[in-house]
Amino acid sequence: MTLGPLLIGIYVFVLAGFVGFEMITKVPPTLHTPLMSGANAISGITVVGAVAAATTDAPTVANILGALAIVTATINVVGGFLVTDRMLRMFGRKKPRALKAEGAGAAAGVSAEGREVVSK
Amino acid sequence: MSQELIRSIVVPIIYLLSTILFIFGIKQLARVKTARRGNAIAAVGMLLAIIGALLELGIVDYRWIVGGMLIGTVIGALFAIRVQMTSMPEMVALFNGFGGIASALVATSVYWDLVVQRGAAGTVYEALGTDEAITVMLSILIGGITFTGSLVALLKLQGKLRKGQPILLPARHYITFGLLFASFALGGIAVAAAGGDSVVWVLALSSVSLILGVLLTIPIGGADMPVVVSLLNSYSGLAASMAGFVIGNPLLIIAGAMVGAAGLILTQIMCVAMNRSLLNVLVGGFGVADGGGGGGSDEYTSVTSCGPEEAAMLLENAESVIIIPGYGLAVAQAQHAVRELADLLKDRGTRVTYGIHPVAGRMPGHMNVLLAEADVPYEELLEMDVINPEFKNTDVVIILGANDVVNPVASKDPSSPIAGMPILNAHEARSVFVVKRSLSPGYAGIKNELFEYDNTMMIFGDAKKVLQGLIGEVKDL
Repeated sequence: MTLGPLLIGIYVFVLAGFVGFEMITKVPPTLHTPLMSGANAISGITVVGAVAAATTDAPTVANILGALAIVTATINVVGGFLVTDRMLRMFGRKKPRALKAEGAGAAAGVSAEGREVVSK
Repeated sequence: MSQELIRSIVVPIIYLLSTILFIFGIKQLARVKTARRGNAIAAVGMLLAIIGALLELGIVDYRWIVGGMLIGTVIGALFAIRVQMTSMPEMVALFNGFGGIASALVATSVYWDLVVQRGAAGTVYEALGTDEAITVMLSILIGGITFTGSLVALLKLQGKLRKGQPILLPARHYITFGLLFASFALGGIAVAAAGGDSVVWVLALSSVSLILGVLLTIPIGGADMPVVVSLLNSYSGLAASMAGFVIGNPLLIIAGAMVGAAGLILTQIMCVAMNRSLLNVLVGGFGVADGGGGGGSDEYTSVTSCGPEEAAMLLENAESVIIIPGYGLAVAQAQHAVRELADLLKDRGTRVTYGIHPVAGRMPGHMNVLLAEADVPYEELLEMDVINPEFKNTDVVIILGANDVVNPVASKDPSSPIAGMPILNAHEARSVFVVKRSLSPGYAGIKNELFEYDNTMMIFGDAKKVLQGLIGEVKDL
């Protein structure tokens, strides 16, 4: 049996799909939104294909399409990863309330700096 | 090192590393403790992939590439920094669209370069190879549908397009299926057409795919947006995979397939949470047409309402309080106010938790993100299965801008449009406060029995204002 590029591609596609299912089936609801925006960033992988299409000495229609693809895919990549990090930072930070419990009432008003220190 | 060596060995290794980082990244992204690192790992994988792509190109004119990336970076960063947490569904919807159109553009660019610009003598499939010709057409189709579908979803999320209500064209199923078949036919004709003649067919295919995206999304109601956003997320992955087939790059195929799987899983979770099939959601028109069950009994007869003072008195003696947030909380930007109230109550020794319905809000996990923004510890947010047994022993439930997800009719009346939908059993608590602007129905378009229950009191008003009133009253106790 010999596999042409298309068949190999289909094999890879199906197997990667299963890997994706296996990894994500038990994701907790808290992470649904970050997972989605993170996945969104990863789907910006199209930028790899767009790069090859946008090389140019004399701009052609194909290059212009490629450059547009670079812009849209890069928006996805950069915006997606950054906003996911912004959300996950919120989940990660220690709550002033938890601090209060530890500090046994000493910390009635915890400053923003206090919160930062704790999170590190 | 020669360019040949770089292309045949170095670049494939870089792509493989990138694939591995994506897999680890996504795996860690699915656990709360490691999620942030997972996101960073995936981002490194992306950086590697881009470096690999540039190495593969070798020395070329980089101006357009760098220019495009700079523009994309600035726009993407601005979105990421400025977007409000209440608007995350809109941003994700928009980005799904960008992912889709990027893949369609890459495929079109490859086609244009190899077929039109090089003036290929024979047919399209001779110029591109049959496999590639077919995947080019599929990329254009899926990418186009994802793009306009996402834009329509965005408008609906913003409350435009008839305030997010379903738009039902006459004979819409025939039109949609007709266009779907037409798109396959157009793609087939384009593949078999001679080089220059194929342009018309490809353009026709692009147009039909854009129209299809609109038609597939407009009949779907606002409350079904979590499903639609998840599904479009899946499509954007699929589109990236197709682009991978076009340029023969397994990295794109793998990354796209994993995103596609992630989107499908979330879609499935959302459907289960509404006890509806995906097909039922996609056919659309929920709560509008076919007006079976509802009719007649839509009038409320015995609704009790009260003000913050009265509510505060009950809260004073409550030992346990469960807060149920819904989309109304996001609209009123009341997440910080709700945390403040919860803190006040906790200082008085009351146990406060949050009951989160899987489809509360407009995208999966929407409420969790909002409350995290207000520093509510995620341990206090309890899933439906966990919190439902608790309601019986709870003194006060405060429902903030949620409606259909607490309607007891779902488990009682089999003819109801939401029959069988799992709900939060808020009605089992001793007292229930429903903070809502009016008695208008939720997206299902039906009356909520809960509002007439003896243990229910309505507090009419904007969620944030009511909460501020409550905070003032509780402080004065």
